Amino acid sequence: MAMQPDAASVAESMGLGFVLDRLQAVPALIGRHEDFLIVAGLAGTSRDVAALTGDGAHTYSMAGAMGGACMIGLGLAPARPDRRVLVVTGDGELLMNIGSLAAIGVVNPANLSIVCVDNGHYGETGYQKSHTSLGVDLEKVASGSGIKRSLTIQTEAEIAGGARLIREGNGTAFVLLRVKPTEPPDYKRDLNPATCRVRFRTACHS
Amino acid sequence: MVTQPSEHTGAASEPGSSWQDQVYDLLQRHNVTQFAYVPDAGHKRLIERSLADAGVHSVALTTEEEGVALLAGADLGGARGVLLMQSSGVGNCINMLSLIKGGGFPFLTLVSMRGDFGEGNPWQFPMGQATQPVLEAMGVICLRADTPEEALATVGAALTMAFQAGNAVAVLFTQKLLGAKKF
Repeated sequence: MAMQPDAASVAESMGLGFVLDRLQAVPALIGRHEDFLIVAGLAGTSRDVAALTGDGAHTYSMAGAMGGACMIGLGLAPARPDRRVLVVTGDGELLMNIGSLAAIGVVNPANLSIVCVDNGHYGETGYQKSHTSLGVDLEKVASGSGIKRSLTIQTEAEIAGGARLIREGNGTAFVLLRVKPTEPPDYKRDLNPATCRVRFRTACHS
Repeated sequence: MVTQPSEHTGAASEPGSSWQDQVYDLLQRHNVTQFAYVPDAGHKRLIERSLADAGVHSVALTTEEEGVALLAGADLGGARGVLLMQSSGVGNCINMLSLIKGGGFPFLTLVSMRGDFGEGNPWQFPMGQATQPVLEAMGVICLRADTPEEALATVGAALTMAFQAGNAVAVLFTQKLLGAKKF
């Protein structure tokens, strides 16, 4: 279990624009989660999604194989063109396979949206700063990778625009949601990747 | 990289009737609809066929591990995929194969070998020689194919083992089959 970030580093992050609280901002951005098939990254985002959906069968969340979330979305989207696929992942997970954005930008699936919950830190390992606290802008990387519909959210007022972007339009959407480096929801989800696979496939195909 | 027809096996090189075309047709008959690849001479024909086929999704990867995750996503959505890579790319996949093994995902990869029979580039040997042990350590069953006839039969076997029995399977197209690049 991760340690709490210290007050000074939270204050420093807030000075850089990481001010929203993920406990409110993630549910506000995703809204009606049943509208999506959801793939979640490791650590914080898996708990954001589990708390929001009650560890729903329409979610597949990781707890290892770091760097795979966006590409799972890229494989799932064309397999289920009738549904909107939403990847919710963190800055650290995305940074580990940042080339995924290039692979996705080239394909540009019509029904894929990516939300990167960017707290600028590796929360699970003790809140060490990630590259996004040190000048790397993942929305610019997404946009530079050819993902045409992208947005950065830093204030409450910007959330509604992001909520529209991830559920509308014909083409992949990327939303960078900047949040302060504070704890994700405390939620115990099913960590077994095999039972979660069967659960997802059963829900997805019924 | 240039494709070198093998002098050892007389592997067919004329386009349109090659063993690679037969492998592609076999994948198609087994409803494989997602192709993930890193450009490679050994898989040139399969990649070309997949890109020209409106019925499949063919995705260029920046690194092979992306393809491992992509195929897991395809399975979650009820689709079948194949990862086309060179043996050096196998090394890039190791941790991502945790997803396949832990999740019990069916998984099919076709691997064009370097660093084995007749290889002249010393840089290719460390990963080429480690390819099968590394895959097996991560729970992937390895089947080797040395001739065009073996290639077709082995891909057929692998399709059954992966998508009927739910295993992770790699078919290794050896340099006896593909020929060694000249240096």
